[in-house]
Amino acid sequence: MNGIHDMGGMHGMGPIEREENEPVFHARWESRIFALRRAMRPWPKYNGKANRYHIELIPPEEQLRLSYHAKFVVSVSELLVESGFATTEEILKGKPARRSPKLVPPLKAEQVPAFLAKGSSSRRAVAVEPLFKTGQSVRARNINPIGHTRLPRYARGKKGTVDRDHGVFIFPDSNVAGLGEKPQHVYSVRFLARELWGEQASPRDFVYIDLWDDYLEPA
Amino acid sequence: MDATRRGFLAAAGAAGAQDLAKAQDHDHNHQVVPSDPTLRVKALESLLVDKGLVDRAALDALVDTYEHKIGPRNGARVVAKAWTDPAYKQRLLASATSAIAELGYTGEQGEDMVVVENTSKVHNLVVCTLCSCYPWPVLGLPPVWYKSAPYRSRSVIDPRGVLREFGLELPEDVEVRVWDSTAEVRYLVLPERPTGSERLTEEALAALVTRDSMIGVANVVLPQTGERA
Repeated sequence: MNGIHDMGGMHGMGPIEREENEPVFHARWESRIFALRRAMRPWPKYNGKANRYHIELIPPEEQLRLSYHAKFVVSVSELLVESGFATTEEILKGKPARRSPKLVPPLKAEQVPAFLAKGSSSRRAVAVEPLFKTGQSVRARNINPIGHTRLPRYARGKKGTVDRDHGVFIFPDSNVAGLGEKPQHVYSVRFLARELWGEQASPRDFVYIDLWDDYLEPA
Repeated sequence: MDATRRGFLAAAGAAGAQDLAKAQDHDHNHQVVPSDPTLRVKALESLLVDKGLVDRAALDALVDTYEHKIGPRNGARVVAKAWTDPAYKQRLLASATSAIAELGYTGEQGEDMVVVENTSKVHNLVVCTLCSCYPWPVLGLPPVWYKSAPYRSRSVIDPRGVLREFGLELPEDVEVRVWDSTAEVRYLVLPERPTGSERLTEEALAALVTRDSMIGVANVVLPQTGERA
């Protein structure tokens, strides 16, 4: 979707504010919502990969206003309802409805190191033919999907060169929409900064964007 | 916007707002619970614990991991090893995920890694314009500025200006490569080894490597130069 989260190239966001000796979390609630969203991942029905999309659906003025972790309070709540783990009422009350079943077993503390070390790669070991090859000229398609997409607006319609083929990955656009994983190749595509931004950009600057087969056409 | 999202927003809402005063002016007619994020997240946690969906000790272990065990020291060890072991550096640049795994750093948000090398002619910078993607196993969780709108919006359109803001002026003949990591691959910058560091041990070198240098917003410098790394 053409949302406020797609920020590449925007002006007016102000200076970059850095904090010396920044703590990993600024408040206990930040660490707890962070841990909650990781701890829910092992439940197969919980579609953690849709987290980003639920953040994108937060109205733009709220997205700009909410801190990183606060946005996850909203997206985790949404995902819990969407996946049927909790009702809106339960979430707002913080208590399970009467007679709601207790689900076991959750992720245990002793399983955490192995769980984190394994991760959850979106790479898929399936034989899918690449549509493009390294060194080939490609153009990012001019598409404006209303759902989740990883094709930034600033790249659409622009010409670049395939720098490398990362292999086969789940296609987030279809996966988040519940239309299946549709695994396909992801390439790092090298764009001349001047192709993206015009003459104001340095002729020696390049932007590399990871793009799926479905985002590209031959150029 | 559906009613559910409105409810959670109002609840989380003012919550993590960066500007609380502004948040209080906001029309919160759907606000049914306290806007305090502490209470909101406590309610979520106790609900999920009561339902048997999460275990408190596991939450503690997750927090402890990222507060104390996984952080930029991991990445610094990778960089120092690459600086001192040419065969390792070759493996790191050719297939980063497995080379990083040799040092025991794997998994969550680093499942598929690429390492890009800074030289006297090429400077790399990593950003995620759509989100806040970051290589957790080697750098830990990202700082607030990395997740902020100013960094995400400007890094791709004005990388040299961003670097200048971090105190790094690049000569014009240096090629800048910005890696917008919006997909599933996570990037780590291999900074240039500082001149004059030839006699330092791998361990001493690792101590010089900063988080910022592995994102690409700084170079690694020797402490006696008095510059900020």
